[in-house]
Amino acid sequence: MLRSALIFAAAMAASVAIVVNPVGAQNAGKNTPKAAPAPLPAGGGGGAAYPQRPLAPADVRSRGEAIYKAECAFCHGEDARGGDMGNNIIRSQIVLNDDSGERIAPVLTRGEGVEGTMMPKFSFNQNQIADLAGFLHSFRVNGYDGSRNRPETIVVGNAQAGQTFFGQKCAACHAVTGDLKGIGTRITDARTLQQRWINPGAGGRGVATKQSMVTITMTNGQKLQGPLVRIDDFLVTFTAADGRQRTVKRDGETPKVELKDPYQPHRELYPVYTDKNIHDVTAYLVTLK
Amino acid sequence: MKLLAGLLLATAFASAQVDSKLLLQPLGDSWASYSGDYSGKRYSNLKQVTKTNVKNLTLAWTMRITPGAQANNAIVGGEGDGILSFGGGNNIKGAVLQVDGTLYFSTPDNAWAVDARDGRILWHYFWKTRGATHIGSRGMGMYGNWLFFETPDNYLVSLDARTGQERWHKQIAPLEEQYFSTPAPIVVDNHVIVGTGNDLDEPGILQSFDPETGAVQWKFYSVPMKAGDPGLETWANLDAAKHGGGQMWVPGSYDPEARLYYIGTGNPSPAYTGIARGEGDNLYTCSLVAINVDTGKMVWHYQTSPHDTHDADSSQTPILVDGEFNGRPRKMVLTAARNGYFFALDRLTGQHLRTVKYSDAVNWATGINAKGQPVRDPAKDHHIGGSLVSPANSGITNWPPPAYSPDTGLFYVPQNDNYAMYYLTETDPRGAMGLGGKEEQGVGSLGSYITAIDYKTGKIAWRHRFPGNNGGSVMGLLTTSTGLLFGGDLGGNIVAYDATNGKTLWHSHIGAVSNAPETYMLDGHQYLLVASGDALFAFTLY
Repeated sequence: MLRSALIFAAAMAASVAIVVNPVGAQNAGKNTPKAAPAPLPAGGGGGAAYPQRPLAPADVRSRGEAIYKAECAFCHGEDARGGDMGNNIIRSQIVLNDDSGERIAPVLTRGEGVEGTMMPKFSFNQNQIADLAGFLHSFRVNGYDGSRNRPETIVVGNAQAGQTFFGQKCAACHAVTGDLKGIGTRITDARTLQQRWINPGAGGRGVATKQSMVTITMTNGQKLQGPLVRIDDFLVTFTAADGRQRTVKRDGETPKVELKDPYQPHRELYPVYTDKNIHDVTAYLVTLK
Repeated sequence: MKLLAGLLLATAFASAQVDSKLLLQPLGDSWASYSGDYSGKRYSNLKQVTKTNVKNLTLAWTMRITPGAQANNAIVGGEGDGILSFGGGNNIKGAVLQVDGTLYFSTPDNAWAVDARDGRILWHYFWKTRGATHIGSRGMGMYGNWLFFETPDNYLVSLDARTGQERWHKQIAPLEEQYFSTPAPIVVDNHVIVGTGNDLDEPGILQSFDPETGAVQWKFYSVPMKAGDPGLETWANLDAAKHGGGQMWVPGSYDPEARLYYIGTGNPSPAYTGIARGEGDNLYTCSLVAINVDTGKMVWHYQTSPHDTHDADSSQTPILVDGEFNGRPRKMVLTAARNGYFFALDRLTGQHLRTVKYSDAVNWATGINAKGQPVRDPAKDHHIGGSLVSPANSGITNWPPPAYSPDTGLFYVPQNDNYAMYYLTETDPRGAMGLGGKEEQGVGSLGSYITAIDYKTGKIAWRHRFPGNNGGSVMGLLTTSTGLLFGGDLGGNIVAYDATNGKTLWHSHIGAVSNAPETYMLDGHQYLLVASGDALFAFTLY
């Protein structure tokens, strides 16, 4: 359904305002050398598994961009990710399978359009379509696109409420004048800080992580104790006082093995606190300079 | 005597081929398809290894693979230039077929035949890739002397099982649309049923290929693809539906009487920023669907995650069970979804019978609706400041196969009560594409388990908790008619458990187990076969 012109215009204004630099927009019109293929990862996927297309010559992209801006961006958005009237054409099956305009052409010129859309007919010649294809194919095609519109900060909570929560749930073990003194300076990235305080055991820079401690009570009553190296149902290994790793066989409940994970109190909060609690505590901790 | 020997020989060689009769047999001497048999139970009728003698299992052989073209005598095929390498070839994460003394298995871009008696490589086939995500290969399908496997860059390759020579290869889906293929093909009569995957915004496809010619017999899309298609009303518009995902990553199960193939579909796409999908349920993503194997038409569906927003695909292996429910005999399909909920349905009608929230950690839903479906809590989708959600992206469970024993009536599933912070990283009101728009950072687990669910009562019969808090997950399970349950643990052991209570009975430390254990019979001995990364280990009783 065609929406009212007013809503449409407002939506388009919003869509234009949020355009960031796609690969094509950055490079179009500049005499950029052909980009080197991205380094390939060892296993798994991500963007490198689908090499981006070689860029068309700059003059082709430049002409294509001019056509696109004049004729297409109004509906499909300046970044081709779609607007109120037109679809996202970066992920379009027609565009993805197109090489140099041969699949795009019928949609544009023969009035075939796309089912269920308002796509009108255009009278582009073959060269113009090739230019348009060269421009469209310069957009990065990838769901994981870290260069997109990121929020400026993850700090969205209320520092005062965070201080109150801290007093109730954290102050028994931690002190802002003690172990957490200057934490907001020591870890400058708020998201890193938030991840670390939720579970310091997850590791990472800025916070020294403590290992679980294990206490093993042998059948003769002897107690062995040290930082846990590993445990499964059959063996438990710890670092003894002299630095040597010692492994003890387990058989069900014998010997008795007690684990103390220093971050267990953190884990036990997962089912308890709300996202707001988390945001508030982070908003408080970032102020501890 | 000579005649008898000749007859025995003839019998032995007759079974070298996989036919419909072998495929229809309940799991026993052979392992002829992904789950061993069509039911998905991974319940073996073999009886030699018992709770009493399992402690005597001993290593028969081990072997290690060398993926790639550089391996000795590799048969090389493929459409790529041979330069691209994406790894993943040295990790066995799927099923190993055992047919007449030969094992057949695959990793991304590689396939092998191995002597089941000593692990000697008979042939190795290597595929030169064009690219794509190389995350895993769930194994091969077999029909007659023909093998079928899927390559990451979306080709169905058919090999001659005797020699490893390629018969043909056919494209499953365009690499240009960023598909990648992990499933094991499933052979049903003269259909080779093939799924694929995608992390951009392209539609889920299940296809049937002709085993002889490789011609496409039918194609089923898990999302509406044209005006008038059912389910379109659950999407913002046709373009959203056609880019709505619903991938079929993991093979399904099959009921030969109903001629229905049951498969779980993947998450809707874009996965996290679902604005462009509309507010509807986004059918038929995150659903269990029943597909007629002859026509490719969907007979019923049940959605296990309406309008998912956490990439929590429902592509777990469904298990077909004939049993009692509320005092009445039922043909059922059971599934434990990645989202932390277990479902029992009537598999002929799709009627919902039971939902069990099998993880206490799960917090993305506010409850269960009248249809038995979890109700998503939009506040737990994600947040600019982060939202603490269980499960983490990897799910309470994932592709590793569950198992079911008709003797105990229990459904066994790997469970990991993991949490992650989901950060919204896309302020564009149109959202992102594919898996974009959020960054998920794990904060660990409250515990990992093997969990035994009693579908009749909806209760957890037992949980075997792994010590510590390392948050790993078991890579799949096998159960037997002698009351055993096998699976790798989180410490690098292959373990035999008592299926009635989860108590450990035997273990061997072989390194991190990377697939679901299997069992078969050879020369009068029962074998246990399991993979650890690039190695296979075969145990037996002498």
